[in-house]
Amino acid sequence: MSSAAGYILQVKDLVAGYIRDLPILHGVSVYVDRGEIVTIIGPNGAGKSTLIKAVAGLVSVSQGSIELNGKNIVNVPAYQRATQGVGYVPQTGNVFTTLSIHENLIMGGASLHRGKAERRIEELYEIYPVLKSRRREKAGVLSGGQRQILAVARALLTQPDLILLDEPTAGLSPKAAAELFALIRDLSRDGVAVLIVEQNAKAALRNSDRGYVLAEGENRIDGAAHTLLADKEIGEIFLGMRRDTPLEKEEA
Amino acid sequence: MFLQHLADGILSGAIVSLGAIGLSFTMKMLRFANFSHSELLTWGAYAALVFLSFFSTFGGFFDQTIGPFSFGLPLLFAMACACITTSLIAMFLHLYVFDRLSRSAGHMTMVFASFGVALVLRHLVTLIWGSDPIYYSNELQFAILLPGGVRVMPDQVFLFGLTIFTVIFLHLFMTRTRTGIAMRGVAESPSLAQVSGVNVNAIILWVWIIGASGAAMGGVLYGMTIQLRPELGFSLILPLFAAAILGGAGSLYGAVLGGLIVGLSENLSVMIIPTTYKPAVPFLLILLILFIRPEGIFGERKR
Amino acid sequence: MIGLVSYIVFFLILSLIFGIAVLGLNLQWGFTGLFNAGVAGFIGIGAYTMAILTGPSRDAVFGGFELPFVIGLIGAMVVSGIAALAVGIVTHKLKHEYLAVATFGIAVTIQLVCLNWEYLTGGTLGLIGIPNPTKDLAEGPLAQNALFLCIVISLGLITFIAIENIVKSPWGRMLKAIREDEIASSSLGKDPARIRLEAFVLGCMAMGLSGALYVSFIGYVSPWDFLPILTFQIWTMLIVGGSANNRGALLGALIVWGVWTMSGYVISNVVPSEIQAQGGAMQAILIGLILVVMLLLRPRGLIGEELQVSRHARSLND
Repeated sequence: MSSAAGYILQVKDLVAGYIRDLPILHGVSVYVDRGEIVTIIGPNGAGKSTLIKAVAGLVSVSQGSIELNGKNIVNVPAYQRATQGVGYVPQTGNVFTTLSIHENLIMGGASLHRGKAERRIEELYEIYPVLKSRRREKAGVLSGGQRQILAVARALLTQPDLILLDEPTAGLSPKAAAELFALIRDLSRDGVAVLIVEQNAKAALRNSDRGYVLAEGENRIDGAAHTLLADKEIGEIFLGMRRDTPLEKEEA
Repeated sequence: MFLQHLADGILSGAIVSLGAIGLSFTMKMLRFANFSHSELLTWGAYAALVFLSFFSTFGGFFDQTIGPFSFGLPLLFAMACACITTSLIAMFLHLYVFDRLSRSAGHMTMVFASFGVALVLRHLVTLIWGSDPIYYSNELQFAILLPGGVRVMPDQVFLFGLTIFTVIFLHLFMTRTRTGIAMRGVAESPSLAQVSGVNVNAIILWVWIIGASGAAMGGVLYGMTIQLRPELGFSLILPLFAAAILGGAGSLYGAVLGGLIVGLSENLSVMIIPTTYKPAVPFLLILLILFIRPEGIFGERKR
Repeated sequence: MIGLVSYIVFFLILSLIFGIAVLGLNLQWGFTGLFNAGVAGFIGIGAYTMAILTGPSRDAVFGGFELPFVIGLIGAMVVSGIAALAVGIVTHKLKHEYLAVATFGIAVTIQLVCLNWEYLTGGTLGLIGIPNPTKDLAEGPLAQNALFLCIVISLGLITFIAIENIVKSPWGRMLKAIREDEIASSSLGKDPARIRLEAFVLGCMAMGLSGALYVSFIGYVSPWDFLPILTFQIWTMLIVGGSANNRGALLGALIVWGVWTMSGYVISNVVPSEIQAQGGAMQAILIGLILVVMLLLRPRGLIGEELQVSRHARSLND
């Protein structure tokens, strides 16, 4: 359900950080609509990861609101957000390496009724057959790209309205990254709202609808993804000096 | 002689294994060395004593010993009740002491608090039951003669059997039930478990329950095959830590194997060193393991 | 009146003797971040060394060198320092919890040795007849104790000043840097492991000194004097006084020893005689409860300065 006021995710003036008195975000606002892919980019230390973690519930919020389908979830504990429609794929430690693939998915369905969880797991095996064939193997033996697929599948078990991805292509080969972006595009076609944090700004923006540029814990620029790609100021924010070529044209 | 020591080692190792399971899990999940865990063995043993007299009053069939064992149904029921008692104690301690401290202070504060808790628990036992050794029953048992000239008491056979049964049960629990799998997930990464929808705090309580129950069983078995005294648990602190560290914090099989190794090395060592120094053996084991492979046999290397 | 003065002198002597051990522990924990759970062991080493060096010769027992008081003290410090060196080298790689377990085990082992190695330590009977230097220098128990108190005060002051100076020196600043962030400080070129070892050894030498003073005051030593509860008492003194603070360390010693003796007094006078034998248990419970409650109520826990940014961030990534 999306109207101007009813985005899947609406973050308003968020002040958050790992420690109460030391916020990393100083009043950030973003929104993601149903079926949209939104990417957050920015230099190191901008607070991109912190923003995602705040939505996931892993970082404390001192001011501002995080609205999921219109309801403020700032005081909802992280584990309940999964039931309420948030799926989160962290940057590191994204799978349980000591558990098998199948057990990883069971973890993802921990908040569902047993029967429902089993059905969802079978559904996900259909969508991602590579997981099914290796279901008994420990997740620790998977490659980076396969782990990401597993991580996304785990997050999808509860059929979330919103999925958060923290640097999903970090450490992946270009091919694996492309496959992952294709997977993400499929998700958005199914109506899931996707919020991505990415270091690899170019590739991410190419696969997104909109983007936000964050720096030093604040909003800087936002707009349609293709507009941002063509924007010269972004180069400045990233590299701290005047650039004549926008991101789109820079060498990979 | 060697075989007898081997048998004794396996039996004492079984008790250590049961106690080490809980210690190993809480060391991994809450990341602190809980010096009060050993007192749960003591409390389990003494709680069973209380329940034993309660159940024995029922008389009749209840009052008889089972077969060649020194105990009957009353002790078995008492053991179950002891597990519940120690679980309640452990949950209380977690909620009101350790959980609070883990939020407000560092891990070493928790370790120190566990010293204090251990002191209180241990001396409460002395206060309530006195410091003299007590026994569950005065039944005489006849030793069973095994091949190789090994003598074991029927109760010790029960000890061994119960430990095996418990380990198998726990293995199935950890691999076949959702709660057990969730526990393993939480042990590896509490934050990932949280975002997967697992109520980590509830899982942690389950960990305490399992650990405390294992400790209670270990304590009762110790009381059954040796004696009850206030230092029961305290005398096992180093073996428990040795087993948990040896096996790697957080590993069920590690704790069991660790316990076995500790028991065996303690009992076999008397063939080389004077028996009075036997208590130092687990400690030496600890130093050795920490030197060679700090993460234990089954532990994960910190990348 | 004399009785009261006499009692106060006695009390102060013991508090300050413990205080010296607390100063040593403070150097290890408060300043260096080393969790030494084997304090009793090192105090014991100092005590037995003193007994062996200064005591009269005994049948079938090593020692009895009848050396002077000062030599005994120095010897005690040296031996505990050497023991600390050995322990430190073996444990230098260990992280906090493992260090706690290892040092705990060491103390238990030391106590075991004291209990069983009869040739060296007299076994369960311990060693008696340890000379008190004040016996030759003053008349009557009150004067002797007062003199001993002066000795303890001077040694305590020397230890205090020595440690304060060490902590304020460049070496000491390095120590603080290591406690906060080891990786950063090792990049400065000094070897953190070595500096930690040095702190550990110095701390244990203070504990050895404490043990030596204790036995020369009491006159005898037995393995039962160095049980884990002694470690607990010293730690409690440190916590009550506030760590990374030498003045607090001494104050803590006074307060905790005061509470301990007072509770003993209260228990023996208030509690009915049938359960008097449990008096020790009641004391232990009382102290344990006070400690745990204090830790809960003090939001900053063991170290007043513990809430540092780096430490918090580290724990979140576990």
